[in-house]
Order: sequence, then structure tokens, then C-alpha cells
Amino acid sequence: MRSTLWPVAVALACAAGSAAAQKTPAQAIDEYRAMLADGNPADLFEAKGEGLWKQKRGPKNASLERCDLGKGPGVVKGAFVELPRWFADTGKVQDLESRLVSCMETLQGFDGKAIAKTEFGKGEMANVTALATYVAAESKGLAFNLPQAHPMERAFYESGKRLFFMRGGTHDFACASCHGEDGKRIRLQDLPNLTKNPGDGVGFAAWPAYRVSNGQMWGMQLRLNDCLRQQRFPYPEFGSDALTAISTYLGVNSKGAKSAAPTIKR
Amino acid sequence: MKKISITLLGLAIAAAVVGCGTLGAGADVDKLTQDMVRGAFRSEGIAKVERVTATDETLKLCSAADAAGKPLEPAVAKRIEADNLKTVKWPSDGKFLGDWKQGEQIAQSGRGQTWTDAAGQPNGGNCYNCHQISKEEISFGTIGPSLYHYGKLRGVADPNGAAARPVVEYTWGKIWNAKAYNACSNMPRSGHMGNLTEQQIRHIMALLLDPASPVNK
Repeated sequence: MRSTLWPVAVALACAAGSAAAQKTPAQAIDEYRAMLADGNPADLFEAKGEGLWKQKRGPKNASLERCDLGKGPGVVKGAFVELPRWFADTGKVQDLESRLVSCMETLQGFDGKAIAKTEFGKGEMANVTALATYVAAESKGLAFNLPQAHPMERAFYESGKRLFFMRGGTHDFACASCHGEDGKRIRLQDLPNLTKNPGDGVGFAAWPAYRVSNGQMWGMQLRLNDCLRQQRFPYPEFGSDALTAISTYLGVNSKGAKSAAPTIKR
Repeated sequence: MKKISITLLGLAIAAAVVGCGTLGAGADVDKLTQDMVRGAFRSEGIAKVERVTATDETLKLCSAADAAGKPLEPAVAKRIEADNLKTVKWPSDGKFLGDWKQGEQIAQSGRGQTWTDAAGQPNGGNCYNCHQISKEEISFGTIGPSLYHYGKLRGVADPNGAAARPVVEYTWGKIWNAKAYNACSNMPRSGHMGNLTEQQIRHIMALLLDPASPVNK
């Protein structure tokens, strides 16, 4: 008789315990965020990206191991925290994702324009995201240090700043509407102030990231795309100068902040 | 052979890209920025490219002021506010308040006006994204001030009475066109930009000003 009452007694004790120590919604959200941090599906995308970097693919049946991400052909470590930057061979300031597409085109023979028009999460665009996750992971813990030596790099910073403050759309939103002040949040989502260095692993230093809420891996191109969508802006083309300029502004502002990418988000 | 084709590709891309040349002057950066905007955005769904290429004077001036870190000259700000006040359409039947229960739903909803939204659907007010409103809703933003006890704090006992009229008119005007009272406000111009209908604004007015609304309890 006594042994069969054990589970009942335990159940009653647990019920009494949880009634006495009722979690506040804020506490519950903090616990959820702590749970998220344990095991990041981004690791799978990183592994996929590393495989794609080394695999011979495309019409030219070549790997990406000679791709120059700014620190010389094939140098991956440290490249992420110096992007966007100016590239002599294309004559453009490029961010990580557009630079990966350039390399896929020149080294492997893929059609860069077709990749740029491919939906996020599909086909070669999904491969670009995985590659970006891998390249970013190889700079984890390193401090952002975007070059500003070339006049175009400086011009893109200045244009990026103007774009950051550019109000538009049906709601008059600019990036700055949400990310222009300290200590603000939208609903319960804290918003980093991106007009200055927001600290290690925050803002520009947190993407690419795996988003739990939709089970998707997002690079910076998609992060900016969705910000602009919610700003009620028209559609920004993948790899466009405007997006590169905004990334340049964010990246230069993050100088000294340690990259935490790839991270995990709600 | 490979070298030549890469150079040609590079030249072709460089030619297609906005020229940089020797930039330094502010006017050049403005032009570069404008060229970037024209080159980057395309119309998609209901989000037309004019939303960034044809912004009005209010947005152009406020964007420039923000980027420069210098507020508008007071005289310019006053003129912008006056221009925006002229756009306010007062309720067609003289009724300022609707149903606070529907107002709460509109305040909770962030739907509408993005390129993934269908045309002809009712939009949400986005209000809780930036404001605290009722006591019960803990998921509120802090970009705008708290609106909890909005009517109560302003002593609105009878929203239809003469005493409350200035507050009622200000509140309607602020929701219709926030820039009428603060030239470079962060708040959207819900009536002026066609985000909310007259009836939807009446419901939000009730949420804020009806003594029976949970906001004022």
C-alpha cells in the first residue's frame, strides 16, 4: 500500500512546489533563451558549408579552395571579420555572400545572376548560406576590423550611414527607427543600437544565425532583406550595393567587437 | 585565357556598378546613395519602389537631419508640423470614439503593407510593437512612451464632453499624422499614409480614451 502511494506523494509535492514558486513570464523567457543556447543547429549548416567549400562542383568541376575572401586565395580564417571590403578583381566593395557568389562564378562556372535571383533557402542560394555559415564560424571569437583604406570602402560606409537613417515605406521606418537608440525593444525583443559598437556577439556580430521560430539559417543578406520587408520597403536585390553599404556601416561600427557567428536566435 | 576573361568580367561588373571615383564631398555621397537606392530596390507585391524613390519632404528632411546628427531648425520643424497637420482628416460624422475591444485587436496586430501581405486586407495598428497600452499585455515595446492610463492621466471622464475635446482632437490628430505634432517623430502616420481606416482609428481612440477601456482602469 505504502509503495503505491509514492508516485502520488511525489506528484502532489511537485504541484505544491510549482504553485509556490510561480515563474514570471520574463523568467520563463530567460529560461527558454538559456535552453536555446544548448546545441545550435547552425553547426549542421557549418559542416555542410565546409563540405561545399572543399567539394569540386559546377561546370568547371572545381572547389572553392582558391576563393579570395580578402586575405588571399583560400584564406578563410579571419576573412569574415574584415568583410565587406573592396576587391580589385571585381572593382567592387563586396560582402561575404556576394563574394561567395563571385567565387562560385569565376572558379566553378556557376551563373552568379541566376544564384542572386534564387529564393533564400533554395538551390544554390541555400548553398551560399551554408558556405557563409562555415566562413563566419572560422572567425568565431575574432574582433571585427573592416578595412577603410580604399576610397570606395569609405564611400560605402558613408552611404551605408545615410541608408541606415533613410526613412521610407508606408510606416516612415528607417533602420534607425528601431536600431538608433540604447535600451529599446520591439515587443519583448531587445534592439541593439547599431549606430555604434553594440558589444561582442551582438548585431552585426551575431549573423549568420539559426532562427528557432522558423527553423531557418539566415545570413546577413536575409536578415537585412527581412528588416526591410518589415519596414514596408520595396524588395532589395540580393548582393546590391545598398545592402553592402549598410553592412559596411554596421561592420565598421562594430570594430573591436568579437564575432559570435553563427549564433542561435528565437 | 582565364586571366583575360576574369579581367573582362571585372570590367563589365565595374562598369555596371555605381562609379566611385574620388569621393569625399557630401554631395557625391548623396548621389552615390541615391544611385544605390535606384539600383537596389524593385517593386514586389503591394510594396512599390516609389516607397523609397518618391518619399515626401518630411521624410527627406528628417532622414538628412538624423544622418547628420543635427535636429531640424525650429522654423523648419514648425513648418513641417503645420504641413502635416493640414493632412489630418477629422471624423466624417464627428464621432471620435468607437469600440475599445476592437481597438485592442487593432493595436495587437502588426499585419499589412509588406510585400508578403495581400492587397485589400485590413491592416493592424502595430501599436504594441512600440507602446505599453493595457496592463494585462506584458509583450509591449519601449520605442514609444507607455500609453497605460492614457485617458485617466489626462483627466478624461467624458470623451464626448467639451472639457476633453482638446485631448480627443490631439489624440486623433496624432494617430492620423504623428508628424503634425513632432516633425521627426518615429511614429507612423497611420491615417495619412492609408495604413488604418477612419473606423479603425475610432476603435483605437476608444481603447485609449473610453473610461470603460481596460487601459483606463
